[in-house]
Amino acid sequence: MLKIEAIIQPSKLDAVKDALLEVGIEGMTILEARGHGRQKGHTEFYRGREYTVDLLPKVKIEMVVLDEMKEKAIAAIGSAARTGRIGDGKIFVSRVEEAIRIRNDERGETAL
Amino acid sequence: MSTIRIGLSVFFVALAPSFLCAQTSSPPVTQADVKALQDAIFAARMNADNAWMLVSAALVLLMTGPGLALFYGGLVRRKNILGTMMQSFAMMGLVTILWAIVGYSLAFAHGTSFIGGLEHIFLRGVSLAPNPDYAATIPEQTYMVYQLMFAIITPALITGAFAERMKFGAMALFLSLWSLIVYCPMAHMVWGVGGLLNANGGSIPSLDFAGGTVVHITSGVSALVTAIYLGKRLGYPHTNMPPHSMVLSFIGACLLWVGWFGFNAGSALGSGPLATSAFINTHFAAATAALGWTIAEWIHNGKPTALGAISGAVAGLVAITPASGFVQPFSALLIGIVAGFFCAFMVFKVKSWFGYDDSLDAFGVHGAGGTLGALLTGLFATRAINPAFGPNVATGAIDGHWGQLLNQAAGVAIAWVLSALGTLILLFLVDKRIGLRVSAEDESVGLDLSQHGEEGYDLNS
Repeated sequence: MLKIEAIIQPSKLDAVKDALLEVGIEGMTILEARGHGRQKGHTEFYRGREYTVDLLPKVKIEMVVLDEMKEKAIAAIGSAARTGRIGDGKIFVSRVEEAIRIRNDERGETAL
Repeated sequence: MSTIRIGLSVFFVALAPSFLCAQTSSPPVTQADVKALQDAIFAARMNADNAWMLVSAALVLLMTGPGLALFYGGLVRRKNILGTMMQSFAMMGLVTILWAIVGYSLAFAHGTSFIGGLEHIFLRGVSLAPNPDYAATIPEQTYMVYQLMFAIITPALITGAFAERMKFGAMALFLSLWSLIVYCPMAHMVWGVGGLLNANGGSIPSLDFAGGTVVHITSGVSALVTAIYLGKRLGYPHTNMPPHSMVLSFIGACLLWVGWFGFNAGSALGSGPLATSAFINTHFAAATAALGWTIAEWIHNGKPTALGAISGAVAGLVAITPASGFVQPFSALLIGIVAGFFCAFMVFKVKSWFGYDDSLDAFGVHGAGGTLGALLTGLFATRAINPAFGPNVATGAIDGHWGQLLNQAAGVAIAWVLSALGTLILLFLVDKRIGLRVSAEDESVGLDLSQHGEEGYDLNS
């Protein structure tokens, strides 16, 4: 089982959700986040002074999938979230040790 | 007088048929009948004036709650929203009590040229009959409660300077004392019977229609002194502390604009044509000042901000306050645009030159705008709108009375000195007694939690 974490532009959330659904991934967690990579912030004005705001709004999507789904998930997220500009985001993949369904205590891959 | 003549004519025309019919003759019209008619007409006029004055009083209170509460509240960081609103709200309660007990008397009773006496302590002698010293057509209690709303908002304006860092109890004590020691004497000097600066017979007759000096200069200068005494907020100016809700500030600013019609047009103390002049001037100045600040900012930064636009409107409203019942509408447009540029300059440039943390620009807008407005009043006041010194006597410089500018300057100087000294003394005393500033930890956590044990927004519930 693999955990896939994707940090994307907030405006791409709907496109990414739809793309994941199309490849059969239905379970996911969405978090509102702030951050930046190499992307510079934007400037805002307050009382005539210019400020750089470099904690930018982002969306983080987390999902745990079967190993076989890894490339499909990455491809779906990537193509839906890509604009070609700095700030598109990142995808991270890590191994998950255990998964449990709370409703009926099912464990392992069937719990996904 | 013509109202009386019209009334009498109507009276006689109505009676004419009974004279023409040769029946039992009706009793002749007596002096008592005429007096009764005059009284009825006067009573009707009083009710008209009183209706507008009560509405005006309500509008001025609206300016404090929620106008100023929202305007200031939106400008601070989220962790301080309630603390900020509580400061304005506290004035609504505290100043009311002080005014009823002794404030009204100190401001408006007979006394010296500097302060009123205790004739009206506990509102003794303040009845529903008019007090001709102030307003002959409204109950004195209406006048008292109208003036109370001014006394409430003036200290509330100062809270903008020490936003996000003053203890609630210390603020309540300091501002309560301030209203007695600075506001009441200033109000007495400018508006009270026998006041030094009273346009009606004062030694230095100065023109302040609705409180440019009494309200805005005193609060603005006191704000500056307080900001310097308390020191800067932790992290100022390197940390960006943007408004947490420009939406709330926007709503607050619009409530201030509308409420200001009560502040200025209500200062006509009646519902006649002078109220119309003041109403129009108020609105015109707000409009051009918003434009002025917006243009200044557009040139300076490349983008016009909402904060700049609403601040400009407030600056114009401040500047027109002393002039509102004295100037022509196009003078008001001019006063507004000058105020928009001038106050923007004070806030963008002068504030950073000196480095004081006047957090919400109470001095930049009210102190500077009030000073500018007081001087421009001397320039543009005209007997064509308000013959304040007599029917054929020049009022301001455009009438030819250039000396009025000196009178205005004197009033400004007195306001600056009284405010600065009074504030400094009170700050020192209250600081020694209970300490003014919150601890660094409380300032970090925020006033809402540290002073009130509350949170303004619970986004998780």
